[in-house]
Amino acid sequence: MKYLDEYRDEALAKTIVDEIKRTVTKPWVLMEVCGGQTHSIVKYGIDRLLPSEVELVHGPGCPVCVTSLEMIDKALEIARRPDVIFCSFGDMLRVPGSRDDLLILKSRGADVRVVYSPIDCLKIARANPEKKVVFFAIGFETTAPGNAMSVWQAREQGIKNFSVLVSHVLVPPAIASILQSPLNRVQGFLGPGHVCTVMGYREYEPIAARYRVPIVITGFEPIDILEGTLMTLRQLEAGKAEVENQYPRVVSRDGNQVAQDLVNKVFEVGDRKWRGVGSIPKSGYKLRYEFREHDAERIFDVQEIDTREPEICISGLVLRGVKKPHDCPAFGSLCTPEHPLGATMVSAEGACAAYYAYGRHLQKPAATSKEAATLARAN
Amino acid sequence: MCLAIPGKLIEISADPNGVRMGKANFGGIVKQVCLEYTPEVALGDYVLVHVGFALSKVDEAEAARTYQALERMEQLQELDIPDVRDDGSAPTTPISTNGKHPSDPADRAGEPIASRVP
Repeated sequence: MKYLDEYRDEALAKTIVDEIKRTVTKPWVLMEVCGGQTHSIVKYGIDRLLPSEVELVHGPGCPVCVTSLEMIDKALEIARRPDVIFCSFGDMLRVPGSRDDLLILKSRGADVRVVYSPIDCLKIARANPEKKVVFFAIGFETTAPGNAMSVWQAREQGIKNFSVLVSHVLVPPAIASILQSPLNRVQGFLGPGHVCTVMGYREYEPIAARYRVPIVITGFEPIDILEGTLMTLRQLEAGKAEVENQYPRVVSRDGNQVAQDLVNKVFEVGDRKWRGVGSIPKSGYKLRYEFREHDAERIFDVQEIDTREPEICISGLVLRGVKKPHDCPAFGSLCTPEHPLGATMVSAEGACAAYYAYGRHLQKPAATSKEAATLARAN
Repeated sequence: MCLAIPGKLIEISADPNGVRMGKANFGGIVKQVCLEYTPEVALGDYVLVHVGFALSKVDEAEAARTYQALERMEQLQELDIPDVRDDGSAPTTPISTNGKHPSDPADRAGEPIASRVP
């Protein structure tokens, strides 16, 4: 069997695949929510090991990909200012804004720095009191504790020249939004293991009950994904819709309570715009009012920006699991990791980048000249 | 950023502001880690780290297995970004302008990646 020899435990993988084949009696569509899972599925060809009745579609679990264009453009506006040191996770630097990206600004002389951790920004702020140090606080629930701590410590330590541009997103409202869409085809979810390390999985229980969908909290290794798939399929075949935990060696029902407490002190839940998807009610974190001195959106008062997305890019449909990367006419021809049109082609956790990295663009025809002309106009 | 990286705690300290910090060894790369969210961890423990914050404890076998899985998926690049020094500087800028991340495996010829396994 192709790919199986790359698995940690080939025999176990084969046993699970065989069990999946025995379990499935009709077609099912499952979605994995975490970008790390997407990467693993494509790298190990997990979708191709499964029987034809089981379709895996890829969800919006890449934080770089779903950060809204408005927010990227705001980041670019702020980073351009000569009095600013703009700090970011490395993945954000090549995400295309309407006109530029952060890497281009850096090459033109803007002080844009990649940091490993938001807490590093506090040192940069202390060492550069004449500058305003801004951190681009993006991510799902996994980065929220770190970002919250950096703001909390800035206030505790009186570091007034540090602020955050917050574009945090939350998984459960995104799942609910996908399930509410008239285009939805997803019948079961592989829940995001590492998000649940922080948050636990209590908040998925009302979603499973309300929408009658099984949600299996799953790790990112190939064996985990196969096992999570089997657990989800067993529920579907039995007509169940529960939250189960495939990943108990890392995830507990309650998560990390200490981290959740600080996140809730610093952030509150608010509406959030997702790139390619639109606004989802109560789907993100924003800073609480008492931390306004560290809120870059308040400090810099960036005006409404006229945003432009390339017309040809279907990343919004890819992020919602409606389309696959190779359904896009630009995929692998006009849009590549070197010249990404959409954010899903930038991050390793994006579905388009994963498909490209593992050669799936070689299995589709290139864009037609008509489509290329459309694209040229869009740019 | 979304997947936590496991490391072994080799130092626990408090920074001048009383924040519980430490150092973790990620398969040979030692980085600063904030331990405020894991008050229960002790020296020698393995922790799962998201963007410099330890968020849970795992056993050694799980740590090794997760690290190897991340390595196979080339998801360890963020470890190559240097810690910022106390004076606000960083050893080198990690961004290359040829569009490739400097930790791109093609740019690391001769580096014993496999030896990084904790």
